[in-house]
Amino acid sequence: MSRHRIVRTMDYNDEYDGYDDIYGHSVEDEHCISPTDAQQWLYDRARGQQSISAFISKNKDIQEEEDDEEDEDTAFEKARRDSESFQMPQLDEIEQAKLSSCVDEVRSVVGDAVSERRIVETSMKFDYDMQKILDEILNEETQKKPSTSRAKAAAAAVAPLVAKTASKTAPTPPPPKISLKEPRRGFEIASPKVPSSPVVSGRNTPVDINSDGDLSRSSASLFKVSKEQALRNARQLYEKERADQKSHIHMIVIGHVDAGKSTLMGHLLYDTGNVSQRVMHKHEQESKKLGKQSFMYAWVLDETGEERARGITMDVGQSRIETKTKIVTLLDAPGHKDFIPNMISGATQADVALLVVDATRGEFESGFELGGQTREHAILVRSLGVNQLGVVINKLDTVGWSQERFNEIVTKLKAFLKQAGFKESDVTFTPCSGLTGENLTKQAQESGLTSWYSGPHLLDVIENFKIPERAIDKPMRMSVSDIYKGTGSGFCISGRVETGVLCLNDKVLVGASREQAQVKSLTMDEFPQTSVFAGDQVSVTLPAVDINNVTVGCIICDPQTPIPVTTRFQARIIVFNVKVPITMGFPVLLHHQSLIEPAVVCKLTASIHKSTGEVVKKKPRCLGNNSCALVELETSRPICIERYADFKELGRVMLRVAGVTIAAGMVTKIR
Amino acid sequence: MKLLGKYVDKGMQGNITLMPEESEDMWHAYNLIAEGDSVRSTTIRKVQNETATGSSTSSRVRTTLTIAVESIDFDTQACVLRLKGRNIEENQYVKMGAYHTLDLELNRKFELRKPEWDTIALERIEMACDPTQSADVAAVVMQEGLAHVCLITASMTLVRSKIEVSIPRKRKGSVQQHEKGLAKFYEQVMQSILRHVNFDIVKCVLIASPGFVRDQFYDYMFQQAVKMDYKLLLDNKSKFMLVHASSGFKHSLKEVLQDPAVLSKMSDTKAAGEVKVLEQFYMMLQCEPSKAFYGKKHVLQAAESQAIETLLISDNLFRCQDVNLRKEYVNLVESVRDAGGEVKIFSSMHISGEQLAQLTGIAALLRFPMPELEESDDDDDEEGAAGGDDSDSD
Repeated sequence: MSRHRIVRTMDYNDEYDGYDDIYGHSVEDEHCISPTDAQQWLYDRARGQQSISAFISKNKDIQEEEDDEEDEDTAFEKARRDSESFQMPQLDEIEQAKLSSCVDEVRSVVGDAVSERRIVETSMKFDYDMQKILDEILNEETQKKPSTSRAKAAAAAVAPLVAKTASKTAPTPPPPKISLKEPRRGFEIASPKVPSSPVVSGRNTPVDINSDGDLSRSSASLFKVSKEQALRNARQLYEKERADQKSHIHMIVIGHVDAGKSTLMGHLLYDTGNVSQRVMHKHEQESKKLGKQSFMYAWVLDETGEERARGITMDVGQSRIETKTKIVTLLDAPGHKDFIPNMISGATQADVALLVVDATRGEFESGFELGGQTREHAILVRSLGVNQLGVVINKLDTVGWSQERFNEIVTKLKAFLKQAGFKESDVTFTPCSGLTGENLTKQAQESGLTSWYSGPHLLDVIENFKIPERAIDKPMRMSVSDIYKGTGSGFCISGRVETGVLCLNDKVLVGASREQAQVKSLTMDEFPQTSVFAGDQVSVTLPAVDINNVTVGCIICDPQTPIPVTTRFQARIIVFNVKVPITMGFPVLLHHQSLIEPAVVCKLTASIHKSTGEVVKKKPRCLGNNSCALVELETSRPICIERYADFKELGRVMLRVAGVTIAAGMVTKIR
Repeated sequence: MKLLGKYVDKGMQGNITLMPEESEDMWHAYNLIAEGDSVRSTTIRKVQNETATGSSTSSRVRTTLTIAVESIDFDTQACVLRLKGRNIEENQYVKMGAYHTLDLELNRKFELRKPEWDTIALERIEMACDPTQSADVAAVVMQEGLAHVCLITASMTLVRSKIEVSIPRKRKGSVQQHEKGLAKFYEQVMQSILRHVNFDIVKCVLIASPGFVRDQFYDYMFQQAVKMDYKLLLDNKSKFMLVHASSGFKHSLKEVLQDPAVLSKMSDTKAAGEVKVLEQFYMMLQCEPSKAFYGKKHVLQAAESQAIETLLISDNLFRCQDVNLRKEYVNLVESVRDAGGEVKIFSSMHISGEQLAQLTGIAALLRFPMPELEESDDDDDEEGAAGGDDSDSD
């Protein structure tokens, strides 16, 4: 009939535009089924299937394909990284919360040495009584290794401390577990061969770790890595490479705006010979020209024109000095309120902190009162896991090196820092002057100071910081803090290796998109390296990675045990001083490592007691000042995040609203 | 929106003829039209004719159709409203019961017939037809490497463009990369302003950021404007206003709208008013928790005892498909008004409305404390929380 249709004059646009007319369509037509598939299901008498009843009975147990989404839920219940593939017992929500807080508590005492299963079972047995659980677990541990007297000593050291925590109801923001850090470390050394800790050899057996089960299963087979990478013994490598080197430490300098952080650091760098005379002279001349001679040392770290013109630090400045036993990377944080996000991304990289306070009358007070950055910074670094703090009382020359002023400030700070969760023995106080350089690298000369102060100078204080334990045995994780154009082709990604070890030519996965890449070059402080370890600040070149897939804050990880990617997770948060209470649907900015991502508090699961961890109220209406709660957070884009129990470094989050930090938290569950 | 005819009888039945004039009116229309209403408007329909010999020709005709609405689609960014439904009126070209999708167009009238007009709907028409309500403001919230260019109209906040550039950090010896990255970022933001902001309509352009980004950007923009001779920017220099915001993310718009300088300029726009009321609610929750409640169950209980002073309700609750549920909310609004309370209907297209929608969509400030409500919620809060949970449950 086609010759009857006026094909030549037909308006094709018109002809195909009529999607409106599709409505009559039957839906089934859209899903086609292949003829062979159809045969399996269709009754066809021609094929010798005589009776339909016989056909039905024969086809009765054709398995329906399982829905992928179904097992997502069950996978979620699974404890993620327990190699015994231990399933959490089914509990209702209160019990669950009790249990999880209990497990956290126990973990903080015994470390990762005891398997999750063991803790859970014991907790249930003793009905969440901390004292009894710990007794049971620790007793068993000591029985296991009766020969190691150290273990016993550690357990003994733990016991009284535990008793203290049980009775203590201190309103400090982070839970009391922090004070237990020391005994834990000792204990871990005493019991190195406990099955559940992620031992290195275990790395080549891919563990089913992920919430979305199918992804991780496929990833185990999909992301092939070289044998060398799979079987590497990180600890041995570390000992081989780093035995003869000085140990690295990252130190962040924090404090209220204009406390003199940059000047102090600039002067320290100059005095230790890291800034040449010529450069210093140039800065002196230029700053004089602008009439800001007092900023000459600060210019060593404040390099951008904007920073120099305004006389404040905006982004974290980086530099390094070498002491007798250490290589110290200095991170000079901005003090201004608006740049706290930058300060947070700097603080996530730090191991220790230097808090600079201005001793000038009125200045210290304004920085210390509510809303001042002395307070906020100290709480922030504590929540980010820094526990050694050096307090520098700066600008003491402006008050004539007065001892009363020094003591006054020290008493005020001591009380506050204790409340913020710093141990008294981990905090030192040093008087000095950043501008004149008094008591920086040499013993004090000024008679006003020497008359009452004979303690260590600042460099000694830095020297005396303890090196924190590095998680070298864990799977590799690196957080990206900067992306820039390198000297060669492509772009460089710089960041900190949080855990594990990264070698040249290793295969890695990048960010939430899990793009695969191979490490082409590794540099640390401009020197090429073949392998870098947890705690190092490195630059990596990954060719063939789409620059759009790499953003500041994303995580680069080991392909064998990839980091979970999620948009929704549960966290235990501690609410700081807030102007308005946190409710459901509260929009916040989520800070995780260097990542800043808008998120919504989508569910208040339970509010819990601060020190005991008991559930006070299920589904509270709102969370007020200084409360502690389990909440669920949802981000708009998928992010890489880890449970606190698995990776301390990557399980911490901060919530900020309108330029104020409202809460800090730990990730407890990932969906 | 222009109201061309209104025939609503005592039984609240009838039809209303409207003519949308700007894109915001589409949003109002979207809130007015519910499933089950009938809409009459002109449209283009492709008609196929078959001749006696069996050949067929197709042609497009413009015709007026009346459809019973079955589904409503609204594109928030382009402001296009399309209604799908069956034809219910005899027509030369279209059979009864045939499906058609109406695209509502600007400057073409449409007639809306509802089985029952409630106060919310009538209010919406009044509001839409009030020319004094329109106050257009453009806002740029930015931080280093991230900017949102938004238009704020009376009842909508539209993100016109989002600019995300990764700017290298300052590092030893290579400050240029950082500064180059910044310049590139500012250029992109400026181009986006030129493209998306219509200076004939927009009364003022807010530039908000933490730190000095806004000052830097402002300087950069006018330097460039002089250099490249962008007349548009130079002529409207007085419309720019620099405000503080804590970040470049969209929800810091809320802080911008709370800034007293902005408030005085925007006086009484809906956006600023909503932010204020929501803030009040949160303050109350902090100071006197037994005088502020959210969630349907609590609010209904409070309404029963005539305790509600201010009711905050999101307009997405009225857009629900369930007629009875909508009726329930309408009744609630009316009962609060009868008791002398104030009702604020939040636009879910604003930042504050988005937040309220997450907060179950309904909240109330009470005249007197009702601590008994707080205690009663231990047994099951499922009902109250359901609104928020449904939308984002996985």
